[in-house]
Amino acid sequence: MKFMLIMRATDEAFATMADTDFNEMLETIGRYNEELIRAGVLVAAEGLDDAAEGVVVDYSSEPPVVTDGPYGEAKELFGGFYILNVSSKEEAVEWAKRQPITGPGFKTEIRRVTTIDEFPQDNEWIKKERAWREATGQL
Amino acid sequence: MADPTGREAVAAVWRIESARIVGALARYTGDFALAEDLAQEALAEALVTWPREGVPAHPAGWLLTVGRRRAIDAFRRRSARDERYAVLARDLGEGGVAAGSAPADPVREAADVLWDPDQIDDDVLALMFVSCHPVLSREARVALTLRVVGGLTSDEIARSCLVPTATVQARITRAKKTLGAARVPFEVPSAAERTGRLGSVLNVVYVIFTEGSTASSGRDLLRPDLAAEALRLARVLTRLVPDEPEVHGLLALLELTAARFPTRTGPDGRPVLLEHQDRRRWDRSAIGRGRAALARANGAGRGLGAYGLQAAIAECHALAPSVRATDWERIVLLYEALGRLAPSPVVDLNRAVAVSMAEGPAAALEIVDALVADGALAGSHLLPSVRGELLTRLGRPGEARTELERAVELCGNDSERALLEGKIAALD
Repeated sequence: MKFMLIMRATDEAFATMADTDFNEMLETIGRYNEELIRAGVLVAAEGLDDAAEGVVVDYSSEPPVVTDGPYGEAKELFGGFYILNVSSKEEAVEWAKRQPITGPGFKTEIRRVTTIDEFPQDNEWIKKERAWREATGQL
Repeated sequence: MADPTGREAVAAVWRIESARIVGALARYTGDFALAEDLAQEALAEALVTWPREGVPAHPAGWLLTVGRRRAIDAFRRRSARDERYAVLARDLGEGGVAAGSAPADPVREAADVLWDPDQIDDDVLALMFVSCHPVLSREARVALTLRVVGGLTSDEIARSCLVPTATVQARITRAKKTLGAARVPFEVPSAAERTGRLGSVLNVVYVIFTEGSTASSGRDLLRPDLAAEALRLARVLTRLVPDEPEVHGLLALLELTAARFPTRTGPDGRPVLLEHQDRRRWDRSAIGRGRAALARANGAGRGLGAYGLQAAIAECHALAPSVRATDWERIVLLYEALGRLAPSPVVDLNRAVAVSMAEGPAAALEIVDALVADGALAGSHLLPSVRGELLTRLGRPGEARTELERAVELCGNDSERALLEGKIAALD
């Protein structure tokens, strides 16, 4: 059985996170990740880029309507996710339009997956995570 | 709380923490068998207390504290008849690591004493080496590993291994007695000894996986929970002994094999042969992880071991778009290398199948006939089933039928037998 832990946060929580020291946050998360790795349970973990940078493809009408982020209503829960390796956001949108499960209420939100390169490379926890990702082919 | 009995909370904590708890208690007491008993007693106490009083703030620390108190009690009981234990009890309870009057926070205090972060990895590794010790039978090693490293209950192990719970309990009790009688110390073997002993650890993880991936009896072909536990143990091992290439080879083999699980059985639960599997449904991320582990094994530059070679064969399949487009020449070479490293009639039979794909059925039949002449695999359905397949391809249906019918007679798994009967029907 595999589970995805979907980290959701309210505006208030995001504000708290913004106030937290960034290195402190990396350390907190790094320690948690290391626990998961040590226990052999971590298979893949990814952070999503800012929702405002995302795109929503709405299949309520034909052809589907494409709108830029930000996020829609909170009751629109995630049902699962794909990770595609494509050259641009537009290419990702094109793949989403071809997604077979469509109709009113079905939406695909497209978010860029951040990479470890976007974090400070001199941070010791980022170094550790990079070594683990290299060793497990998840870079 | 959604879990009014608290049982689920106890079970979840236990799955995550049991190896470290048993390991820490074993280091504390120097007695593996006793540590396992103490940990089980702490678990039993949690099952009674937590539902009544709520889950404690530090559940693992709580379990450790209870285990440590029970350890001191046990040593005091034994001290009456054993001078060595008398000394230990005094050290542990009063003058030694747990010195001083009652601490303000007993949970933190016990955790500090027992949970030396520098020791945790060694504790878990030592736990693996002890529970996979060669003095134990293979069944005992599997049961003990699932229990003390995996944190499975006797019931769960019994369900996984398709034996009665009483059998599992007896195996574990006997195993602990055997380890005690052989005076097996709780420690990570010395570097010189480690390589040989590691083979036993890897074999146990492999056996757990194969039990999960091809049920040797019963109706179902797959028991994914057991295979998943083996994968988790292999990941833990790569973390604990990262410099041993064969550990990465084993992980690679398990990942690459598990990647095909989604397609191995059809909706009716029957096995689907490699040539009919929908390769688009293979688990790409598992293939990615398996290839990374194999690259790590190769990167050591010491040549692949038996698991690494099998992983390399699995990688050939994982990368091929179809059976026809598979690099069968490379697979033949890998089986030849495997046959030199770990000779077995099963490897020869698999090599014959690869040869039949690379060079045609006639060359393969020579290898199979040699196996028949040797009397190898006499009781197994595999030999007549492969021979029947080759004869079918050579246009000798009469002989093929005789072989396939013999394979049906010898086959123990219902769904595999159905597959063979289908091949016989196709001869008409």
